[in-house]
Amino acid sequence: MIKMQDLQKHFTVRVKAGRLRRKKRTVAAVDGVNLTIERGEMVGYIGPNGAGKSTTLKMLTGVLTPSAGEVSVCGLAPVPQRTKLALRIGVVFGQRSQLWWDLPLHESFELLRHIYRVPAAEHAARLRRCRSLLDLDEFLDTPVRQLSLGQRMRGELTAALLHGPEVLFLDEPTIGLDVVSKQAVRAFLAELGATGDVTLVLTTHDLADIERLCERLVVIDHGRVVHDGSIEALHARYGSRRSLVADLEQPLPADFALPGTVLTAVTANGHRVTFSLESTTAAAAVAGLVAAVPVRDLSLLEPDIEDVVARLYTSP
Amino acid sequence: MGDLRAYAALGTAQLRSATSYRTSFLVELFGNMGATVFDVVTVLVLFRATPAVGGFSLREAVLIVGLSSAGFALADLTIGNVDRLKSYVRAGTLDAVLVRPLPALPQLLLMDLPVRKALRVVFGFVVLGLAVAANDIDWTPGRVLLMALTPIAAAAFFGSIFVISASLAFWWVDSGELGSAFTYGGRDFTSYPISVYGGWFRGLFAYALGFGFVAYQPALALLGRPDPLGLPAWSGYLSPLVALGAAALAAVVWRTGIRHYRSTGS
Repeated sequence: MIKMQDLQKHFTVRVKAGRLRRKKRTVAAVDGVNLTIERGEMVGYIGPNGAGKSTTLKMLTGVLTPSAGEVSVCGLAPVPQRTKLALRIGVVFGQRSQLWWDLPLHESFELLRHIYRVPAAEHAARLRRCRSLLDLDEFLDTPVRQLSLGQRMRGELTAALLHGPEVLFLDEPTIGLDVVSKQAVRAFLAELGATGDVTLVLTTHDLADIERLCERLVVIDHGRVVHDGSIEALHARYGSRRSLVADLEQPLPADFALPGTVLTAVTANGHRVTFSLESTTAAAAVAGLVAAVPVRDLSLLEPDIEDVVARLYTSP
Repeated sequence: MGDLRAYAALGTAQLRSATSYRTSFLVELFGNMGATVFDVVTVLVLFRATPAVGGFSLREAVLIVGLSSAGFALADLTIGNVDRLKSYVRAGTLDAVLVRPLPALPQLLLMDLPVRKALRVVFGFVVLGLAVAANDIDWTPGRVLLMALTPIAAAAFFGSIFVISASLAFWWVDSGELGSAFTYGGRDFTSYPISVYGGWFRGLFAYALGFGFVAYQPALALLGRPDPLGLPAWSGYLSPLVALGAAALAAVVWRTGIRHYRSTGS
């Protein structure tokens, strides 16, 4: 569905050098990305600010012309066939509106029907579905400028889907939203992805978006792909471990060791201990611990993806 | 056909947006007429001081300013708002335009069609009508055709200048008001008989850049006057060709420019 081959985008930046002179410097925002995305995949695209996520998305949607490399979306070349491609993709830029600021939301939808030349019946059916899934009814008649960010984002999602796109690009769709709106957007996208007809590519800084939605995670840094695979693969690669947290009746004996684990924290006067599970199962570790000391409470923590990604960003 | 309907929808949406602020719309509608009125008044005032300017009488000069004003107002109404491009480029909002299945330029023009400038066009054509009535024109079929085509050619010419100067923003975001020197400066240049300008200045603007063919040369051809600067009589009929050339150049500049669009970080 989407193919990128050694995709590059360079920007020339003029830097001040002296009072009038400017030095030219070339910055590679995207520096040789190779990716193939199949129909129906849901791909999360993450990376620190300035890593090249949005630039890549803009090259895929025909907004920016690549400096070098090949790119095709739905079998089309985005820039030369921009208007043709636009009929087959949907785009939501979290910080750019597709809606008409001064018009009621439903009028924007009606306009998009004309712009995308969607048959009235299809348009009505898609709109009906979005209205119920995204609870649009209460603000359909409100001018867009008066909508809350959460309401507007629900409107943007609808606007991007009314022409039945094959690929949906989302650039930070949950940015700035409150928890409830974020959940609404995620649930909607999950439902959309579950049908398997729509390929979904989203960039985000909120890793909960990825955990909830994407089987495949692409991490980009300094314009290059540094990870491409599942979240589990990312954990395995960076050695993230689950950990066992136990509240004890009495402090742990000083020479205590639990095979296959590493003691990473002792808090609450020695009454709470945390083991990182290095080379053993949770069951074996729990059994070993309970046999050695009286245990009041136990919990098992999944590795925190935020930590993994933070480590990924800061590593050179 | 589908495209036309899409453009019509975009245009009416803009009209409804503009009229949703009713008072300011009306104020702007009439406020805007002032600018064009002043262009013409300037010429009238000039002729109170002297009976002839550059060898032209008041009646003849009004025909020139009428052709120029009508053409410019038409271009300003339909294409002039392309100068908003620089704010779209600076803010990166052109992205939203580029992901829609329509060419970018017509979308931009319809997205904020300045309906408030409509009265200027009316005024420009009224002046042109009066000028035609005041001059004793010997109507041949060629002149009728020229009369019909000249305002449109002038509008196309000014429109091309608008597009070219707006396109500067693709390369140079701070292009500021540089473009206005050519658009509004060009309008002022074409409002007078070019015989009032001197030497290299006239050579550059009137002939090299083509502003002389917007109103001056066609006016000579309509009046049947020989050109005091020596161009042959048929040169007035070149104005549609000059406009076509300018439009072609503008299209090339626009296409090249849009490939240089850099968007902004988000």
